[in-house]
Amino acid sequence: MKQRVNMSRRSFLLRSAAVGGGLLLEVTLPKSAVAEAEQASSQAETSPEVTAWVLIRSDDTIFIRVARVEMGQGNFTGLPMLVAEELACDWSKVQAEYASTSEHLRRNRIFRTMLTGGSRSIRDSQEYLRTAGAAARLMLTTAAARRWSVPVTECVAENSLITHTPTQRQVSFGAVAAEAATLDIPENPPLKDPAAWTLLGQPAERFDIPDKVTGKTAFAIDTRLPGMVYAAIAQCPVFGGSLKSVAAKKIADMRGVVKVVPLEDAVVVVAKESWWNAQQALRALPIEWDFGSHAHVSSDSILEFLREGIQLEKAPVSRQEGDIDSAFASAATTLEADYYAPYLEHATMEPQNCTALYTEQRVDVWAPAQNSEATAAVTAETADVPVSRVEVHKVHLGGGFGRRGLHIEFVRQAVRVAKTMPGTPVQLIWSREEDIQHGRYRPVALVRMRAALDASGEPTAWTVRQAEQSIFSEVRPHLIRDGVDIVGVRTFADAPYAFPNMHMEYAMRNTHVPPGPWRAVAHTHNPFFRESFIDELAHAAGQDPYQFRRALLQTSQASKDLAILDAVAEAAGWNSPLPEGVQRGIAVQDSYGSYTAAVIEASVNGTGELTIHRVVVGIDCGYVANPDSVRAQLEGSVVYGLTAALYGEITIKEGRVEQSNFHDYRMMRIAEMPPVEVVLKPTGGFWGGVGEPGMAPLAPALCNAIFAATGKRIRSLPLKNHDLRPA
Amino acid sequence: MIALTVNGTEHSVDVSSDMRLLWVLRDILGLTGTKFGCGMSVCGACTVHLDGEPVRSCVMPVSIAAGKKITTIEGLSTAGSHPLQQAWIAHQVPQCGYCQTGMIMSAAALLKKKPQPTDADINEAMTNICRCGTYTRIRAAIHTAARKVAGGE
Repeated sequence: MKQRVNMSRRSFLLRSAAVGGGLLLEVTLPKSAVAEAEQASSQAETSPEVTAWVLIRSDDTIFIRVARVEMGQGNFTGLPMLVAEELACDWSKVQAEYASTSEHLRRNRIFRTMLTGGSRSIRDSQEYLRTAGAAARLMLTTAAARRWSVPVTECVAENSLITHTPTQRQVSFGAVAAEAATLDIPENPPLKDPAAWTLLGQPAERFDIPDKVTGKTAFAIDTRLPGMVYAAIAQCPVFGGSLKSVAAKKIADMRGVVKVVPLEDAVVVVAKESWWNAQQALRALPIEWDFGSHAHVSSDSILEFLREGIQLEKAPVSRQEGDIDSAFASAATTLEADYYAPYLEHATMEPQNCTALYTEQRVDVWAPAQNSEATAAVTAETADVPVSRVEVHKVHLGGGFGRRGLHIEFVRQAVRVAKTMPGTPVQLIWSREEDIQHGRYRPVALVRMRAALDASGEPTAWTVRQAEQSIFSEVRPHLIRDGVDIVGVRTFADAPYAFPNMHMEYAMRNTHVPPGPWRAVAHTHNPFFRESFIDELAHAAGQDPYQFRRALLQTSQASKDLAILDAVAEAAGWNSPLPEGVQRGIAVQDSYGSYTAAVIEASVNGTGELTIHRVVVGIDCGYVANPDSVRAQLEGSVVYGLTAALYGEITIKEGRVEQSNFHDYRMMRIAEMPPVEVVLKPTGGFWGGVGEPGMAPLAPALCNAIFAATGKRIRSLPLKNHDLRPA
Repeated sequence: MIALTVNGTEHSVDVSSDMRLLWVLRDILGLTGTKFGCGMSVCGACTVHLDGEPVRSCVMPVSIAAGKKITTIEGLSTAGSHPLQQAWIAHQVPQCGYCQTGMIMSAAALLKKKPQPTDADINEAMTNICRCGTYTRIRAAIHTAARKVAGGE
């Protein structure tokens, strides 16, 4: 019998024990405490691994492994649903557990990928997870058939029971799991017809929620280890600057201070007892920075740099169809508009943090990172040890939104400090100020669009010049083709609208402000630009903005965009009367393999008070794993998207970020929350993403409603800069 | 030494008097259900009860809490049985969950004062920040819990 120890589960047990309360402080464990505690708990916690994904205990408890990470989107439940559907098991006996990163690496990446991002968890793993469930079911059924010496074709699995149909003999999964585990894993087991699904597509309660309402969930920041010390960090306020000197002696006598660790562009204070001690000492620490060569950069100078990108005679071409010159020459009406969107920070509620323990034998890290394989690689590289000696303990994330996928400098920092004190666990926590001022920002973008309409109001040509910072030019250079960031041009280069003539260009304008993928990446600012401009065109053509879009979406490639647009317009009652002063705006966008649209009802009173009366947002993501999670993601997108539209703005002065915390980087609260109606229109036949697509149509739908209500066209965000604020 | 009563248990902690209550709870007493979000009393992730009143523990010097009754999420109920915690599960409120313990503590203080809160009451009391955007469900869950308490369940 194959018996696989379950690394992640053991680390979970260890952590739950560790956070149990003050008791811990009285326990002294040897330096390899983590390893020993895990070893002890592993003996009590082994289950036959039927396949790498499915473990079944003799009491019929089923553990389904999750390779991606839960950061609020519900994949800790949705991914097991994919396996369980094909496994034909009793869902009430299923538990989810994280797949171990070290085991994944030891076993030749058996869990495929641990990356969580790009709205990819469900859609990219659905096939291999359903296959894994079907394979395990076949193995269990085969084991039962062998036990009874009957043909496997006479045996059926359902609800964790295998029945020999002719004799009605039954055996539970748990009773044959050990035998099943010895069988070869079938490679291409047949999968159910989606019409036969009983679990997928039905709302399921999330596994992670009960512990999240009692405070029992241990996020990375809640890691508690014997003898742990705390670390606070100050990073050079100006991006690209470096540390010149610190007067470490000045704080040597402060409470708890253990040491000061200078890094190239930051300084870390380590203290005993509490992060409070470390942070207090850091605040008192005299630090001298070399601000480097960007200390003169401001939002104004960045805007000027973007403007130069707009004015360049030529820029790399991202799309070319037809002949725009003759279309413009024969146009009855032409339109031109510039749109702008600012930098944005993610502001995950759990600040960046990492706990690291460096010993001779291994390096353990706990971090809120979206890709534990990358975390392992960064840890190994930083600690200068083989990756086989790294254990990344997987934990739920207190938000991700793209902040902690490609960019996990907090892991590097914590490991560097931990390496200076072998055997002592170090917990590094960034203050909120460090988080806001040292993010990986949604890039700034300035876009000039032009369009031509013929005498009958038919759109004939569309040009786009993007002057935008590239997220990927440094970290993923293969995404840059002939000068074009192929992610940055999405929404334009792949727009479904059937303009007969199109010409689009991309002028990369990289600044010293570090960019990063912010929830929905290009599909936040670009849809605001595109869908607002389409609205301008509709009004210029004297047409209804919904019908104008419909007319441009009559090709077969655009049929799903059209269908979700129609569904949302219908749910919103696009043509129904509204109270005096209230108007509607509409927008549609495909992204991450899904199709979304929104209708927003808004009004603005005489003093600039904006009221959002209603948000209707819909999605066609093809197939749905857990519809309640899809709904929640769209509800959440409304808050994330409208917060950005209303308030979101990171500005630069003297090379550094001006905002520092939630008082000046404002978030929507419950009082500002409009009524939201989610329209789920899954049409099947494909799997689309869910975590990000809902973001896309919100800002333009709102701004289009504001135009309808006031005649004021919003061409830059946030709305607070237009004297518009929530009532 | 500072004497604290947390969730009915008396503790004596050797910390500086200006240390913020949040860090005493998290780092000295190991009660990690109370979260650090902003450190300046804006986001509410650190909300606990002081003699029944909701306070932002990230800015509260521990000396002020001495001698008072401190309740954290760990002490709100046994095994998550508080009507709000039950309603939070019924409505599947949390996404990432990081802010939710603070949300629940704010809501629990509201329900004590106003057992049948209106939407306006909720807007006024629930100033905590949630980045995942669970506000719609939070509102629904508070109303559900209020109804449940009123119904004597």
